[in-house]
Amino acid sequence: MTDHNDFDRISGRSTTGHEWDGIKELNTPLPRWWISTFYATILWAIGYWVVYPAWPLLSSFTTGVFHYSSRASVVNDLADLEKLRGEKMAVLGTSSLTEIETDPALLALARARGKTVFADNCAPCHGSGGAGAKGYPNLNDDDWLWGGSLDQIQQTIRFGARSGHAQAHEGQMLAFGRDGILKKDEIATVANYVRSLSALSTEANFDAAAGTRIFADNCAVCHGENAKGNQELARRI
Amino acid sequence: MSLWNRHKIFEKNSIILIAGILAVIAVGGVVEITPLFYLKSTIEAVDGVRPYTPLELAGRNIYVREGCYLCHSQMIRPLRDEVERYGHYSLAAESMYDHPFQWGSKRTGPDLARVGAKYSDEWHVTHLINPRAIVPQSVMPGYPTLANTELDLTDTAAHLRTNRAVGVPYTEDQIKNAVTDLKTQLDPDSADLASFQKRYPKAAARNFDGMVGNPTELDALIAYLQMLGTLIDFKLYDEKANLR
Repeated sequence: MTDHNDFDRISGRSTTGHEWDGIKELNTPLPRWWISTFYATILWAIGYWVVYPAWPLLSSFTTGVFHYSSRASVVNDLADLEKLRGEKMAVLGTSSLTEIETDPALLALARARGKTVFADNCAPCHGSGGAGAKGYPNLNDDDWLWGGSLDQIQQTIRFGARSGHAQAHEGQMLAFGRDGILKKDEIATVANYVRSLSALSTEANFDAAAGTRIFADNCAVCHGENAKGNQELARRI
Repeated sequence: MSLWNRHKIFEKNSIILIAGILAVIAVGGVVEITPLFYLKSTIEAVDGVRPYTPLELAGRNIYVREGCYLCHSQMIRPLRDEVERYGHYSLAAESMYDHPFQWGSKRTGPDLARVGAKYSDEWHVTHLINPRAIVPQSVMPGYPTLANTELDLTDTAAHLRTNRAVGVPYTEDQIKNAVTDLKTQLDPDSADLASFQKRYPKAAARNFDGMVGNPTELDALIAYLQMLGTLIDFKLYDEKANLR
């Protein structure tokens, strides 16, 4: 292998033949475990070429004996998931809401699946605990803006509110300002009155008596005399 | 003379050694990179993918400028749980006009590859200005400055031209009308809407930030976010034909 014949007498091994100021370097072979691991990895790579997609060809590539494909594998995984969810999920799809509510097993399944669906689709606005945020209603309280029965909630989820869909919930309230039913200052007065109902801050000089009168004349028809609303026509304010 | 001795020539001449190293590495390059340019399965073209509109491109530049990619990836991997959560796995064609791509690997926030049309514009306005206004546990910084920073329209056409230089097929017509198209996308009542949508098929036009006045950076960023992942109609996409 080497073109010199220089042995180190103490260790009995050959040297590299280099010498620096009388210091020589032993040509110690690599440890056997290391070199065999190295050759094993080369063998492993060859095996990998055989079983997995590896070599590009002119118009395709070698697919390997396993024909592995990440896209096919995710399709299979999703099919397996469907199978895992299986008949129970199919039953959930065909059952009515009341059937689900009365069957404890179905209800548990619906709640488990519903939790993840809620987290993905609803939580970004309504919050992970359903507490809502400004402009996004709280779902924890008993105030259901569009109705709190199972059917009503289903309608809300399927078609949305004011989404433009024919079956979506639509607000019925008249445009009192645009249609000239109330004047600008009357609107300001009644807005102050409505805020005062919830003990919110109001403008200091607003006419409470006029507010009560405007409310009774215009708003109480739907929202009720005490502004408690009713589910059919108007919400509680 | 043994092979071992022939190897000496590399060990004793650094220039020859460098040439040898380059030759060996080039083999790896030829085998691993070249096929990506000609193998049909790696250059799949998909219906619906179009270059970004000038407004979306401006939004994309803000996305890159603010470093959104540091926390948000834009690639849904072909794994069961990712497909369950985010939707169809990302296709290479969906980022074919990305320079640079925003795939990323860091997910402090969720993946955004299919965030388009998932939330309303109002949601994005509130959320970008102060994420905690809607998601109390969010760690994302707020970007209120976007809402009151007007979009710089002096380099709109130049951005299109630069993208064309690196391979995005913008036409002369699209470059010439860049600023008009940008404004038109924010004004669905504009007389130019038809010609805009001819240049950018199916691009949504509306006032994205919901505020009156000149185009803001918030407009651009929301326009970009709202189109992410929406170009391909997966009802029409033939998954079986593209398995590999």
